[in-house]
Amino acid sequence: MPRPLLPPPASVAHTPVGLGPPPAPVARLLGGPPLVGRTTLDEHLARFGRLPCDAGDLSSPEELIDLVGRSGLCGRGGASFPTARKLAAVARQPGSAIVVANGTEGEPASSKDKVLLARSPHLVIDGAVLAARAVGAAEAIIVCHRAVRELVDVALSERRLSRIDSIRLRAATGADRFVAGEASAVVHWLERGVATPTRTPPRLAERGLCGRPTLLQNVETLAHLALIARFGPEWFRAVGTEAEPGSMLVSLLGAVQRPGVYEIAIGTPVGGVLEVGCGAVAGAQAILVGGYFGTWIPFETALRRPFSRAGLASLGAGPGAGLVAVLPADACGLVETARVARYLALESAGQCGPCVSGLPAIAGELEALASGGPFNLARLQRWLGQVEGRGACSHPDGAVRLVRSSLRVFGYELERHSRGRCCAPPRTEVLPVPALPR
Amino acid sequence: MRTRARFRLRVDPIACDGRGLCAELLPQLISLDDWGYPIVRDTDVPPELAWDAREVVKVCPKLALHLEHSPPPP
Repeated sequence: MPRPLLPPPASVAHTPVGLGPPPAPVARLLGGPPLVGRTTLDEHLARFGRLPCDAGDLSSPEELIDLVGRSGLCGRGGASFPTARKLAAVARQPGSAIVVANGTEGEPASSKDKVLLARSPHLVIDGAVLAARAVGAAEAIIVCHRAVRELVDVALSERRLSRIDSIRLRAATGADRFVAGEASAVVHWLERGVATPTRTPPRLAERGLCGRPTLLQNVETLAHLALIARFGPEWFRAVGTEAEPGSMLVSLLGAVQRPGVYEIAIGTPVGGVLEVGCGAVAGAQAILVGGYFGTWIPFETALRRPFSRAGLASLGAGPGAGLVAVLPADACGLVETARVARYLALESAGQCGPCVSGLPAIAGELEALASGGPFNLARLQRWLGQVEGRGACSHPDGAVRLVRSSLRVFGYELERHSRGRCCAPPRTEVLPVPALPR
Repeated sequence: MRTRARFRLRVDPIACDGRGLCAELLPQLISLDDWGYPIVRDTDVPPELAWDAREVVKVCPKLALHLEHSPPPP
């Protein structure tokens, strides 16, 4: 039963100051509250209609790229690169391009790509089809976490049966490692089954998967693209800030009442983001924003800051891929950081000396610090400086950013730890770290 | 006015094995970190060291050192 084509509800603009009423939830990507479980192709088409390019609109690639440019959409995988520029860079290249939708999501604390692919796989696939049109590709690969592979397969077979797509689509399971989501690592994994980053240049846009010009976009970015093509750039810009328009998915975890994946308008104050998860548990100490490559911020400092690149920049932080982890009163930030630092050290791709040798050294020093053993803060600081910026990818830099921010924010703990007295019972763990097979 | 081409040294961190030869030969521009991997000074190679820089690039056993055109000044 076809319903009229209506844009999903835009969120009501909320006051950007203070911790007033909770912001209205944005329901663009994950469907409205009545929707539970996966959106089937029929439900998807009933809600959004067919792609405008199939219906005769937006016929030229230039038109589509221009539309994306006017929307101001930036990548949602963490780096926030302007999507239109990436599309144009691939479209310029000679040779048959290919589109890779990146839902690898190697970050253990993040679930937004899995939730998006599980609930709205057709939005992501629509976005991949549109991106393929924009760059002149005849093939797209949906790379997803193994947890949602079956759901993606079902969605792709629905589309195959109804013959709505003119390009070749297939799914691939991403490698289950932290670095596996990095763009060149995804291509390396698809090509040769090795999930390690490769040297750049050449850039993927020039010579990527099997030597072809490759457009690699996070799955959430593509889902936004699918909506922008239907409802236009003005609709997209109705939420978010002028410089960073639109909504984004966030993964809330730790000391919030209802942890989970939510959609927020970019620029919502961090306190408002927590309200979407029914607020923080009393006594929260600090917030980790951005992910395991992210930055710790004292709880009270964070609350009024807009959750956007501009709003967090002065704290040396950024929204990254949308992780917000709240440290409860009974956990220790240094213990948490030491555990994540060890995990990041073990998850090094093992290619660059400073990362291979430096990260375990840093993790060891931080563990000594966290457990109240003897430690050398000056040496730790020196190592952080020596590791930063010296890998082929940003893995060491991200780890350094996290550790530096922990020393800054939990500095008050240092003295207590140096006397061997940790603040927290070591049982409370907030940041998940998968068991490593080593 | 025509300006002299500017170059800087760059290590390919994946290829580099930390043999340390480069830091031995060109300590003016290359130092080693605590684990023996080269830290290259992030400045243009001065003209008087241009010959040495080219030599160091040639003798790296892992071919991990490169001379590259400097980015244009802002």
